[in-house]
Amino acid sequence: MAKVNQKQVPMREQSYAERIKNFKEVPCGYSEEEAVLEAKRCLQCKNPLCAQGCPVGIDIPGFIDLIAKEDFRGSIRKMKEKNSLPAICGRVCPQEDQCQKVCVLAKRKEPIAIGRLERFIADWEARQGDIEIPSKKPPTGKKIACVGSGPAGLTVAGESAKLGHNVTILEALHELGGVLTYGIPEFRLPNSIVQREVEYISSLGVKIMTSFVVSKLKTVDELLEEFDAVFIATGAGLPWFMSIPGENYNGVYSANEYLTRTNLMRAYQFPKYDTPIIKGKQAAVIGGGNVAMDSVRTALRLGAEKTMIIYRRSKTEMPARLEEIHHAEEEGVIFEFLTLPVAYHPDEKGWLKEMECIRMELGEPDASGRRRPIPIEGSNFRIPVDVVVVAIGNSPNPLLPSLTPDLKLGKKGNIVIDQNSGKTSKKGVFAGGDIATGAATVISAMGAGKIAAWAIDEYLKTGEW
Amino acid sequence: MKIIAKEHIAEDLTKFVIESELIAEKALPGQFIILMVCKEGERIPLTIVDTDEKKKTITIIFQEVGYTTKLLGRLESGDLLYSLVGPLGKATPVRNYGKVIVVGGGVGIAELLPVARAFKDAGCAITSILGGRTAELVILPEQVKEYSEDMYITTDDGSLGEKGMVTDPLKRLIEKDQNYGLVFCVGPLPMMRAVSDLTRAFNIKTLVCLNSIMIDGTGMCGGCRVTINGETKFTCVDGPDFDGHEVDFNELMTRQKRFISHEKHAMCKLDEKIKK
Ligand SMILES: Cc1cc2nc3c(=O)[nH]c(=O)nc-3n(C[C@H](O)[C@H](O)[C@H](O)COP(=O)(O)OP(=O)(O)OC[C@H]3O[C@@H](n4cnc5c(N)ncnc54)[C@H](O)[C@@H]3O)c2cc1C
Ligand SMILES: Cc1cc2nc3c(=O)[nH]c(=O)nc-3n(C[C@H](O)[C@H](O)[C@H](O)COP(=O)(O)OP(=O)(O)OC[C@H]3O[C@@H](n4cnc5c(N)ncnc54)[C@H](O)[C@@H]3O)c2cc1C
Ligand code: SF4
Ligand code: FES
Repeated sequence: MAKVNQKQVPMREQSYAERIKNFKEVPCGYSEEEAVLEAKRCLQCKNPLCAQGCPVGIDIPGFIDLIAKEDFRGSIRKMKEKNSLPAICGRVCPQEDQCQKVCVLAKRKEPIAIGRLERFIADWEARQGDIEIPSKKPPTGKKIACVGSGPAGLTVAGESAKLGHNVTILEALHELGGVLTYGIPEFRLPNSIVQREVEYISSLGVKIMTSFVVSKLKTVDELLEEFDAVFIATGAGLPWFMSIPGENYNGVYSANEYLTRTNLMRAYQFPKYDTPIIKGKQAAVIGGGNVAMDSVRTALRLGAEKTMIIYRRSKTEMPARLEEIHHAEEEGVIFEFLTLPVAYHPDEKGWLKEMECIRMELGEPDASGRRRPIPIEGSNFRIPVDVVVVAIGNSPNPLLPSLTPDLKLGKKGNIVIDQNSGKTSKKGVFAGGDIATGAATVISAMGAGKIAAWAIDEYLKTGEW
Repeated sequence: MKIIAKEHIAEDLTKFVIESELIAEKALPGQFIILMVCKEGERIPLTIVDTDEKKKTITIIFQEVGYTTKLLGRLESGDLLYSLVGPLGKATPVRNYGKVIVVGGGVGIAELLPVARAFKDAGCAITSILGGRTAELVILPEQVKEYSEDMYITTDDGSLGEKGMVTDPLKRLIEKDQNYGLVFCVGPLPMMRAVSDLTRAFNIKTLVCLNSIMIDGTGMCGGCRVTINGETKFTCVDGPDFDGHEVDFNELMTRQKRFISHEKHAMCKLDEKIKK
């Protein structure tokens, strides 16, 4: 057998000098030649570990082998047997923690670039312009409502439509996609790609109602009069604040507001689009996860001269994807580790002027296994800032649960479900994605959607709860 | 989402009747909608002033204060809105409070209507106080009067009613009689603050309807946050009505000015559009 190349075929990217001036995607994607070359590195293991690392069980060696054989149509078919949103997953899944982490090549060489190949094959299909509509089962006459149109809702809608059910998506915002549309920025996941997937879902015959806030316009009980089953996927949309003095001064945003203005409302194109955003010259983002990286890189692209990440632990504890940290570093973001904001100070007009921080040191590991940050007394100092984005986390959106009294909730306000079916405490009502788990990942939301779609199908056939 | 009637009420004030079967069925007094005029548009909140379940319509009344409301004012009967979502927010807590004073200023008078109606239906005895800069801006007095036992009007320039502020008659009323179960006020922030300051001294329960800048209206962005009794609340889901004695008005007034420079910019754009 030919010797396997140690290294992944690199993916071309926009240079960082160029990309910080625009909102276009950073990586450019593989060409056909590059994809085939990378696919040929795969050992086609008999017991592929990668597939076990994938939350939706994609036949990874299968789709890669077809790329290596240049049967792209076959490859995308294989992919879509398990994953109907590959263009999205290929871009935003944390592969380094999932499939690529367990790839046998990862031990000595670089793992197969599974995410890049997944993205390639999805984009290849889109370029052909004729996305295949899979065969649908005959109509069952059963009606399903999907509340929320993030990855969990879209997955249940797509899967259930294929099973022959009559599906309606009810979404509170005026566009579909959930976090994929309002949260994850254009330069990581172009909106046109999300819209492409949405079109695919509607081509399966799914009805779409936007601007529909379930619990306000119709309650879950009212939906149950009209639909045979309801799937709740309303996400983890409640932004956390730190409750420190001055948090409501002009210039302090939640990450959700900052990103929603920019992505959903396209404030980066103001005044072509009408929604404004305070651009800021010195922007600090609080937090160490993906949401923080997305916010800080957005601030940079909006024109901030200095952008900072303020994180209370050290680099090794950062939950963000390595690729995103790496991109942010390349783009010139300054990282202030072991630093905790304690107050904001305004100018004479009530606008944010300075952020007061305190330095931290790492103590014993806490419940999460990461070393606990402890404030160093008297180490307070101030940083001049005019925009601060609070990206310290989100919890399940309480709007629907608070108005649906018989849904059992967990300690964190999440809807309690049976992991194997997505069933809630209320007959006919299923749930999944971030509303059940708290803030997680796109692929876990899709995985939960798949499980629920099968369980809903079963329930609609048997009527058994 | 179709505008089926348009009526010019006063300078810069327009009324739309909009088709929306489900919102008409569900809306409660004090709730609002969020709309977009066009694809590139902002999402702006407006109070549901009236509903007609039979005709499947809702009514909004808005004042043209800036770019989006001016753009909205250019739509005509028969036009479609780009998006319309509601009903949002908590309904005003309606019950029989006994004697109630409702205070409205400017376009706030329109927002007062559904609440006054509901209070009256619940058995409250309503005294109303309406205020405006000048006579033309004291809108809908006849409609408010329908629900009121007593009505007072004030204008800044004395062109209608008494010259002065809404707090003048309010002060006289509550000095004479402290048995009011509730004061409900909706209008410009300085007015709601003045009313709350006044009633605080007399310990009369006071509700104000806040008009924070919003985006989603579902508690997702936190842009509409206000400080109530030292705690951060979201106007769109926890409000829009709050206890006037607990609202940090200074902070809210500063927050309303967040986008002033953008608003000016947007207005230039509108001027250009109109020229074209
Ligand atoms: C900025 C950001 C970056 C991220 N980056 C990544 C990443 O790189 N990789 C990754 O795997 N994950 C990432 N995540 C996490 C991932 O996006 C989420 O885990 C995932 O979107 C959850 O999907 P969901 O379907 O449960 O809910 P969401 O995507 O949150 O969608 C919920 C939808 O429900 C709607 N809704 C809420 N209430 C109602 C109601 N009452 N009626 C009707 N509709 C309602 C909302 O408007 C929303 O559209 C990121 C998250 C954020 C915020
Ligand atoms: C729950 C709620 C209900 C509302 N109901 C009504 C209503 O029934 N009728 C109505 O006319 N208006 C109502 N408003 C206010 C309305 O949303 C604003 O006037 C509108 O968003 C202004 O948009 P604009 O682009 O035209 O003006 P902008 O260009 O955004 O602003 C121009 C100026 O108007 C003022 N302004 C901006 N935003 C607001 C605001 N949210 N509230 C008050 N003043 C503002 C500021 O002084 C600003 O400088 C309501 C607001 C809320 C939150
Ligand atoms: S583990 Fe790695 S080498 Fe083996 S099949 Fe999966 S991708 Fe290919
Ligand atoms: S408008 Fe976004 S949370 Fe209230």
